[in-house]
Amino acid sequence: MTAENALEALKARLGGKVVETSSFRGDDTAVVTPEAWLEAASALKNGLGFDFLMDLCGADYLPREPRFEVVCHFYSSKTGARLRLKTRLPGGKPAVDSLAGLWLSADWFEREAWDMYGIDFKGHPDLRRLLMYDSFEGHPLRKDYPLKGRQPRIDHAD
Amino acid sequence: MGLETLFGNSFLTTRLDEAINWGRKYSFFQYPFVTACCGMEFMSAWASTYDIARFGAEYPRFSPRQADVLFVVGTVNEKLAPVLRRVYDQMCDPKWVVSFGVCATSGGFYDNYATVQGIDKIIPVDIYIPGCPPRPEAVLDALVKLQKKVSKESVLDREHDR
Ligand code: SF4
Repeated sequence: MTAENALEALKARLGGKVVETSSFRGDDTAVVTPEAWLEAASALKNGLGFDFLMDLCGADYLPREPRFEVVCHFYSSKTGARLRLKTRLPGGKPAVDSLAGLWLSADWFEREAWDMYGIDFKGHPDLRRLLMYDSFEGHPLRKDYPLKGRQPRIDHAD
Repeated sequence: MGLETLFGNSFLTTRLDEAINWGRKYSFFQYPFVTACCGMEFMSAWASTYDIARFGAEYPRFSPRQADVLFVVGTVNEKLAPVLRRVYDQMCDPKWVVSFGVCATSGGFYDNYATVQGIDKIIPVDIYIPGCPPRPEAVLDALVKLQKKVSKESVLDREHDR
């Protein structure tokens, strides 16, 4: 199955929950509503043959509203097709379902997105910071995090 | 030291400092605190082409308690800062610190939320090596400078100055 077919197949399965699709030189993208996030990912994995979650990350589009995006890249090791899945989340309390139940690799990706952007992944088994230390305040890759913001130095944790 | 065989029954006079510093400066045991890309250049300074063994400093110790010189090689971030401090505190006197590359020296171009803007915010530094990464020649130059610095020290003044 080529990725374009996959976009069509995804639309056929999810109907109006697919907000937008685009396809540019083999760069295939589908945007779904946050409610359909888990459903779309599961359809890609179980029905459409995308067996590899290559990446999951956050993005901040301040001052746009909905402000945040979660972006996933999928790959099919059988056909070599790639597909990008996105969802848009509001600025207030961005939250979306966790994919950790579908892909183990989503675990640390989601922890990173939580750490850097403060996006909450509902149902994640252990949503702690991944890169920054526990006492760090705020989410440093948010566009409104002060550019030269420094926080107090931490002590050695024994 | 085996010198007796060389001098037979005659004897040798020198200032205590000179003798001790001579020994110290040609037998640095370094602790490589390597965190980033600078590590590659650090390795090449140690390998056969540049051969830091010629300066008596070829012996890395991966226990801080057995090391004389702490080489901080690469970017140090805030999460790692307390670890670096702990490693420094674990080293026995006399001890020296070399800051290797601009990241360790000033944070380099990582002027951001995560990076310590120079390890001298955490521990005292004796020699700074500029460069991103420094060439091996610069490392050898720094080592020779450190040897010069050590040779001017006295056994009496090292203990309480930190
Ligand atoms: S100074 Fe340059 S080479 Fe060295 S750790 Fe920093 S970025 Fe890497």
